[in-house]
Amino acid sequence: MTALLELDGLTKSFGGVRAVDGLSFTLAEGEILGLIGPNGAGKSTLFNLINGVFAPDAGRVMFRGIDITGEAPYRVARSGLARTHQIVQPLADMTVLENCTVGACFGRESLALGAARDAALEAAVLVGLDDRLAVPASQLTIAGKKRLELARALAARPALLLLDEVLAGLNPAEVDYMIGVIRRIRERGITILMIEHLMQAIMSLSDRIVVLNSGQKLAEGLPAEVANNPAVIEAYLGDPSLAAELHGGS
Amino acid sequence: MGDALLEIEALEAGYGEVKVLWGISLAAPRGKLTTIVGANGAGKTTTLRAAVGTITPWAGRVTFDGEDVTRLPAHAKAARGLVMVPEGRQLFGDMSVEENLEMGAFSKRAARSFSGRLEQVFALFPRLDERRRQKAGTLSGGEQQMLAIGRGLMSDPQILIIDELSLGLAPVVVHQLFGTLKTLKEGGLTILLVEQNVHLAFAVSDYAYVVAEGRIFTDGTPAKLAVMPEIRRAYLGV
Repeated sequence: MTALLELDGLTKSFGGVRAVDGLSFTLAEGEILGLIGPNGAGKSTLFNLINGVFAPDAGRVMFRGIDITGEAPYRVARSGLARTHQIVQPLADMTVLENCTVGACFGRESLALGAARDAALEAAVLVGLDDRLAVPASQLTIAGKKRLELARALAARPALLLLDEVLAGLNPAEVDYMIGVIRRIRERGITILMIEHLMQAIMSLSDRIVVLNSGQKLAEGLPAEVANNPAVIEAYLGDPSLAAELHGGS
Repeated sequence: MGDALLEIEALEAGYGEVKVLWGISLAAPRGKLTTIVGANGAGKTTTLRAAVGTITPWAGRVTFDGEDVTRLPAHAKAARGLVMVPEGRQLFGDMSVEENLEMGAFSKRAARSFSGRLEQVFALFPRLDERRRQKAGTLSGGEQQMLAIGRGLMSDPQILIIDELSLGLAPVVVHQLFGTLKTLKEGGLTILLVEQNVHLAFAVSDYAYVVAEGRIFTDGTPAKLAVMPEIRRAYLGV
């Protein structure tokens, strides 16, 4: 397998805090890689480093063999890397189709308006928004806005898609629907790096999991391996020695 | 649940358009220490906020001391003795230790017992007595947590709800604070605690709820829960 994305020693500090600290991992073409970790572990910051919202203090981002470290986000998008945001960012006054068309115009293929509309329509169908094409984004439900966020990224026809909590805030039926959408996206050959707090969903969707804690990689492996890793369990459940001490002392 | 001081039924709540709680039910019995554990983002803090009224529940019911308080504003609940010590302490940093404690005794009911309560808080936390004129913002993390609990106690609580007691504190301070909880419970206070360290939570509580994805994943006595692989499943999905 060829590496589509290679992160090498990525580091980013804010004030005195190392939000991302010497992080390295690779993403193979066609893979779904799940990124998990407690709040504040550095997951969203990592996305911002990959797509150029922030330039790293150190380290390198290689995408399809090209160094894209610190490139502006619009250039990263043009190179075939699209993302969604945890807090959805629709263009509220524009329709569903127009939102997706914007994604297509500024994506990998720099499509002209006519072709961009075709790509937009295709993306809207894929996420199941084809019956809402003329609806202003502001009038969608939260589930609809989440789908639109995904469709706009897809319309850019990316090789790599970064998904930041696309399942958060959805009800169980909507979660199931979205899981199906993500599987269909992968079947089209798009590689996916996703952050998600819904553990059952991400563990079942991902081929591999990377666990972040305090900006560093705590573990990497198959979902079942990671869930049984004592260091991961401690990061989630807390340090058992404190409680042992409490029992001993009281 | 006949003797529940605080009872939460089918609670739903969220922020903006995003629903976080999908029907949480739990009870805090009188004189007991009840804990809520769960991964980040599971809905622990949101449950507490909806219970004390700093956010308004979307659906469900909150009953306190036999009264339906679901729609009451936070200050009215605090005046009835439903009191929260918030995550991150939220002290008045430019005010002294003593002034922060005064702020806790804001309600008429609490103001009546002010001096007695102040003595009680200083007896519980001698460090606060030593530093009563010092600005709260200059205290150590552990002292700030003591002050936040002290301020809560000044409100004359019937139930003290504490969000993330051990977060960011040194082990020796954690040890001391959990000792204080035990003392308070032995004095008859009802406590509802959110705690990120599951082992600590189970070590001190009478009953625990495990929250995952905005719902109660499982609940029981710590002895029963400690051996369940479901706890790991609630946190890690597998």
